[in-house]
Amino acid sequence: MEVKVALVGNPNVGKTSVFNTLTGLNQKVGNYPGITVDRKTGVSRMGDTLKVRIIDLPGIYSIQPNSRDEEVVLETLFDRHNTYYPDVVVVVTEVENLKRNLLLFTQIKDLGFPTVLAINMADQLPVKGIRIDLEALSEKLRTEVVLISTRTGQGISQLKAAISRYVEADKRPLLDLASVDETYFRSMDYKSWLTRSQGAVFEGVEPVSDGLSESEIKRLQQKETVRRYQQIGEVLKAAYTKDASVATGWQARADRLLTHRVWGYLIFFAVMMLVFQAIFSWSSIPMDWIDEKFAQLSAWVSATLPEGKFTELLAEGVIPGIGGVVIFIPQIAILFMFIALLEESGYMSRVVFLMDKLMRPFGLSGKSVVPLISGVACAIPAIMSARNIENSRERLITMLVTPFATCSARIPVYVIIISLVIPEQMVFGFIGLQGLVMTLMYFLGFLAALTTAWLLKMVIKARSRSYLIIEMPPYRRPLLKNVLSTMVEKTRAFVEGAGKIILALSVLLWFLGSHGPASTFGKAEETVIENFAGKNLSDDELQDEIEGYKLRNSYIGILGSGIEPVFRPLGYDWKISIAVLTSFAAREVFVGNLATLYNIGSHGEEETRIVERMEQERRPDGSRVFDLATGVSLLLFYAFAMQCISTVAIMRRETNSWKWTFIQIIFMTGLAYFSAMLAYNLLK
Amino acid sequence: MKLHELKPGQKAVVRHLDVDRLPMKLVEMGCFPGSEVELILKAPLGDPYYLRIDGMPLCIRKDMAMQVDVELLTYGIHGS
Ligand SMILES: Nc1nc2c(ncn2[C@@H]2O[C@H](COP(=O)(O)OP(=O)(O)O)[C@@H](O)[C@H]2O)c(=O)[nH]1
Repeated sequence: MEVKVALVGNPNVGKTSVFNTLTGLNQKVGNYPGITVDRKTGVSRMGDTLKVRIIDLPGIYSIQPNSRDEEVVLETLFDRHNTYYPDVVVVVTEVENLKRNLLLFTQIKDLGFPTVLAINMADQLPVKGIRIDLEALSEKLRTEVVLISTRTGQGISQLKAAISRYVEADKRPLLDLASVDETYFRSMDYKSWLTRSQGAVFEGVEPVSDGLSESEIKRLQQKETVRRYQQIGEVLKAAYTKDASVATGWQARADRLLTHRVWGYLIFFAVMMLVFQAIFSWSSIPMDWIDEKFAQLSAWVSATLPEGKFTELLAEGVIPGIGGVVIFIPQIAILFMFIALLEESGYMSRVVFLMDKLMRPFGLSGKSVVPLISGVACAIPAIMSARNIENSRERLITMLVTPFATCSARIPVYVIIISLVIPEQMVFGFIGLQGLVMTLMYFLGFLAALTTAWLLKMVIKARSRSYLIIEMPPYRRPLLKNVLSTMVEKTRAFVEGAGKIILALSVLLWFLGSHGPASTFGKAEETVIENFAGKNLSDDELQDEIEGYKLRNSYIGILGSGIEPVFRPLGYDWKISIAVLTSFAAREVFVGNLATLYNIGSHGEEETRIVERMEQERRPDGSRVFDLATGVSLLLFYAFAMQCISTVAIMRRETNSWKWTFIQIIFMTGLAYFSAMLAYNLLK
Repeated sequence: MKLHELKPGQKAVVRHLDVDRLPMKLVEMGCFPGSEVELILKAPLGDPYYLRIDGMPLCIRKDMAMQVDVELLTYGIHGS
């Protein structure tokens, strides 16, 4: 039998770290293209026999639902038939905010779950001058209490032991509801009360009718919460002491600096600049290296393997296709490293605080900053991270504009195009022009997001008042393990998720590109020789002409010339049109597909790198295909177009509305098309 | 006085809050009659407010702070 253990706790108590420590890298996250789930699960062994499935749930403050995040947790904890319904709940808390953390604990305990209380960050006890009397706490709460630190590893084995003893747990409730209101709660238990107060549904629990008004119920809820805090206060009085003289002065000074009216914004700006520059410049060395190796591999394969269709498929379809995925690993990894660092260190909460007032005129809240910034990694988790926004209008607007943030899938396109059309120069002697343009692209994304949000605010009516209540976690040194696990997890998801699509598409493109109707494609050689008879071409030139003719008359060429008229006003030839079209599956495929298209017929003779191939492409009149006008037009198209099927799917799910999903697709893609057209015609 | 009238560094005790107009989440975060609040600082544009409630950090917007009745604490003399 497999025992299910749910980790529940407030945000920022170190739940992710506990999860990582318990499961190692045995985790499964479905957060990416295709299937999307909101819970992480992993397997952990406890002792010799017990196999445990650990379920990590979103951080919440209470079991009264204020936001979508909290609803997810409640679905898991209230419904006996839920796949994740736990046998044991571990409530994760931390030493500093124990009082607030325990509110949730008492609620979970009163639901009747076998419960273990894990107090994390034990390593901070001496630093903060805190003492905890575990025995007293355990006795008063009638629960196994374990003091742990995921940083030092302290207490982890005791935690596992406590979990494996779950059958012995005391399941009696902690709060005597009668002490909240004697007459009202005379014959009511906690679950019935939740049914009444928040419309919860439990198997076998009858709905209650009592004739009380909404406001009277709210008052009772408040009394219940206050009563819980009083009880927690009494427990902690005996078991918890904090030496007030221990200074945390640097934290306060850091807060003053990071939220300063001038320095605060400057630092935020500088941090963002650093992130974008790093993505562009730190990754260039490993990227060049990977690019070169794949080109060599292609050349090696076609030189070594016996000539034939299979070798061609490998050298011209599969290898360039895979290369187009692998090459972006350094950038994705660097990006997620920064996102993890911002979250883990506590800085992200300061950004929310700093930006709230500025975001409100756009119909957004400070909390929208988190989806917008993580949208720089990927729109999918970013849209999901909007779940903690309580106000439905702010949440909807945030989700609608988040795909404008420059996600990592656009990086490949931007990198290639920028290196083709923007000269490698320095501005002011120290800022790379290419990096600067990259940064501009990010700002363009945010600008589009804000402008659209402002428009939407005019259209969408507010249904409830918006509010902001957030905690300010103390600054913490990020755990290397957490940062690494985020990097590995997200990069793997990118390679596996996007990789499959890219590989499939590149094989498909190769096939369509190297086959064609017998009447034209099949007679390529004769036709070309006939056409150029008497022109005195060398063998090589003739060969080039034949390959060109073949590609134009292949299935993909026919398809491409079919859709070319749609994209001609934007300055794209048929090959680019095909690459743009396939990008609607996922943007990352753009480069891989172009690489495949340009490789077909090359027989991998010379090892050419993707960029060089694109640079050498010429229009019939001899001018470069990738000139400034086409380049800028492509940049704008990719900046605005809604091009990712997974994002569409997640939008549909999170907004629960096809209407908004379609509005988003049409608006974004329309904006992309017309701005690209405008730019092309201005620069041409 | 109201919570938003505090100056950075000042402490007060919450006297009353109107549950009909304020979200329950505020209570769940530890802000209810009897809790001690300290204003740590205000965001650059005067909003939101960064508070410490019974020692635990919390941010709320000014419009919410305007609806919380508090009583200023002077050091040494608790609740006069
Ligand atoms: N000092 C200390 N910090 C920790 C410990 N566990 C986690 N942290 C830090 O606490 C912060 C929040 O951790 P995380 O696991 O992301 O919290 P979550 O939001 O609850 O999932 C991160 O900066 C961690 O590095 C610990 O045992 N000791």
